[in-house]
Amino acid sequence: MREAGRAESVTEPRRPASAFSCTLPTMEPDDSDEWLLRGLRSGDEQAFGTLVDRYYGSMIRLALSFVRSRAVAEEVVQDTWLAMLRGLGAFEGRSTLKTWLFSILVNRARTTGAREARSVPIADTGPVVDASRFGPSGTWAEPPEQWIEEAESRVDAEKLRDLLRAAIDALPARQREVVLLRDVEGLTSTEVCEVLAISEANQRVLLHRGRGKLRQALETALGGPISSSSGGGTR
Amino acid sequence: MNLWIFGRRSRPLVCQQVVEMVTDYLEGALSPRDRARFETHLADCPNCTEYLAQIRETIRLAGRVTPEDLTPEMRTDLTDLYRRWRSED
Repeated sequence: MREAGRAESVTEPRRPASAFSCTLPTMEPDDSDEWLLRGLRSGDEQAFGTLVDRYYGSMIRLALSFVRSRAVAEEVVQDTWLAMLRGLGAFEGRSTLKTWLFSILVNRARTTGAREARSVPIADTGPVVDASRFGPSGTWAEPPEQWIEEAESRVDAEKLRDLLRAAIDALPARQREVVLLRDVEGLTSTEVCEVLAISEANQRVLLHRGRGKLRQALETALGGPISSSSGGGTR
Repeated sequence: MNLWIFGRRSRPLVCQQVVEMVTDYLEGALSPRDRARFETHLADCPNCTEYLAQIRETIRLAGRVTPEDLTPEMRTDLTDLYRRWRSED
């Protein structure tokens, strides 16, 4: 496995201070990350299996944001697990296991992605809602179409997930990384900044643009057709 | 001076500005003054209120996207990897 022992990529990010008190060891066996980590250290294969089940899919998805091919993403994920195991002795639980794993993965995926010579992402700085939808005074000329009720009560859950997945895949890579970590994986903004090594302000800009595009995709797919006659908003 | 501050404070936001502030609003990154201007606008604007609700719904739906399952082949590879690591020391 290439570069599996690179020490700098297993550095443990700092967990937000507020979450510190949650790491007190418990003696009852459970399936928390803390407990499974303890199993891992003592050679419990089942604990490893449970952790792999828990994070593999998220890791592949994140890796695919940095590297082109599925096969390379799988290699990156394997490298990450090995680096994680090798760094296990030094892991003190200052960050959550998830944040730590994702940090290792991002380091590895970035190195691999750079080697693959991916094209430089195109700067994406336009407004989050197309300017043509506002009048000269900056007021909505073409207001948001309604789709929340449609999504909540009339669309099949699986169809919604497919729609979201496709919209996330279509995002520019840096926006996709932030949206995946923040909104799909549920990391805090501090954790996202640690994993991706970006500033809070940068994180917000990428999140803003990414979420805006997802909303637009949902509106396009689920919103009613833009009526040429004014006033016909209800369905 | 007071007049100047008063004048700045009373300048209302337009919809096009509001939609660009939505994430900062949800992240708690707006200054108290901008937060107040943002909320004042929302109180009077059903379209921007709908936009904010749609962003919240988008976040909620994104949180329901599930990762794919592990293939049996990959599970075997990773179990091998764990065994290799265990025999390393």
